[in-house]
Amino acid sequence: MRVAPVKLMRAVTAALLLAALAGCAAPTPWVKPYEREHFADPIMSFNRDPVSSTYLQHVFETREGARGATGSVGGGCGCN
Amino acid sequence: MQLTREARCAHTRCEARLSPFTRTLLALCVIAAPALGGVLPEDRADVLWHSYNGGDITIQGPSVLVRKKVSDNLSLSANYYEDMISSASIDVKLSASPYHEKREQWSGGADYLHGKSTYSAGFITSKEPDYKANTSYFAVSQDMFGDLTTITLGYRRAWDRVFRDIKTPGGVLENDPTFHQRADHRGYSLSLTQILTRNAILGFNYELLTDQGYLANPYRKIRYLSPGQGAGFTLADQVYPNTRTSHSASVQLKYYLPYRAALTGQYRFFRDTWGIRAHTLELDYTHPVSKRWIFDTSLRYYRQGAADFYSDLFPRANYQNFMGRDRELAAFHSYTLGAGASYQFAVPGVRALSRNSFNVRVDHLMVDYSDFRNALLAGSYGPGNEPLYKLNANIFQVFVSIWF
Repeated sequence: MRVAPVKLMRAVTAALLLAALAGCAAPTPWVKPYEREHFADPIMSFNRDPVSSTYLQHVFETREGARGATGSVGGGCGCN
Repeated sequence: MQLTREARCAHTRCEARLSPFTRTLLALCVIAAPALGGVLPEDRADVLWHSYNGGDITIQGPSVLVRKKVSDNLSLSANYYEDMISSASIDVKLSASPYHEKREQWSGGADYLHGKSTYSAGFITSKEPDYKANTSYFAVSQDMFGDLTTITLGYRRAWDRVFRDIKTPGGVLENDPTFHQRADHRGYSLSLTQILTRNAILGFNYELLTDQGYLANPYRKIRYLSPGQGAGFTLADQVYPNTRTSHSASVQLKYYLPYRAALTGQYRFFRDTWGIRAHTLELDYTHPVSKRWIFDTSLRYYRQGAADFYSDLFPRANYQNFMGRDRELAAFHSYTLGAGASYQFAVPGVRALSRNSFNVRVDHLMVDYSDFRNALLAGSYGPGNEPLYKLNANIFQVFVSIWF
């Protein structure tokens, strides 16, 4: 009768440990902050000029069947 | 009491079994977490003029975007966008008459930074004479793993009101009092940005969109064979399903080249419950020259299959329960070639204008339809034998950006 709670606590502890490792400290950052200067360069931005890329996405979305997964939100039609 | 004592006892035993390494790891987890932080977008203003010209449609207008931090944690943004449309497209020539109209869109948003989390919310409202749309959105981003990874979850909801304009005997366009429809939209998105190496970054986006309501274009028509009458076909209203659900997933990889340039590859897959499958592939190359100039070139390829209920020419009236002939639902592929130039400059003596850019971008869109024919030529070729339609369009943007 006393074995089951011990096993349960071991499982809970292991689960908590795994959650802690996965949530916070698991992967040591393999690219150090001082090695990230290239990502501060505007040419490495996925969306360097939002006003321009949003417009271009609108042009494509009103002429194509596909939509979404572009990271921008639009409204209305203007599509005739 | 027995349970509490048991639990406390078990907790003590487990803690005692943790190795020094594990205890250090857990302690670091608690200590390091508050030290990591997200970043709010930069303060900037953009004034853009856009122009689209192709398929006998001209759409042009301004777009103004202003973003400003009002505190260390809060950034606000506002955008005004306008389309001035002048259309005599192939669809309009077939079933309506050329028209001019204006669409205006306002949006406002806020980003709130709390530790490693950024909360974003906003509202967009769009208005044109025959279409009104309101959209609200909310997203939360979390930086993790030493800020190498950012995960964003988003939700959006939109409410549209659809009208149809008719021409009065006096030649004035006004809403048809017998036609007033609604459409609701919901979107759920998941995004991930991952720094891979000191030169490479990966982006992943997934979006689920659902629509319910009136989803057709009220002006466009289907056509069906009617031998011996006019050009050999008759026009009729489209009948669309009232629901649609789509899934799209995209991946982007950006690489910093050794001589300060960037190469980006993107792929997106799309499918929906209307039977459309689409693939989008894009390559972008960015090349700065000196400290003043940045040049961009891009090539985008897009291919889609037709919707299940699409046909260019139905065999007869009421051939099936859903029938559409919108060319956005047809099978086609397209190429878009783009080029842009950006000139960085400062206004001497004005501290607020120490970082600015003047930008020009041109894109050329070429669309080849596989099953959408130029029905205007039915009299010469016979219905169903007309040449396939092709669309060529030029897209032009010029804009000024100011960081302050």
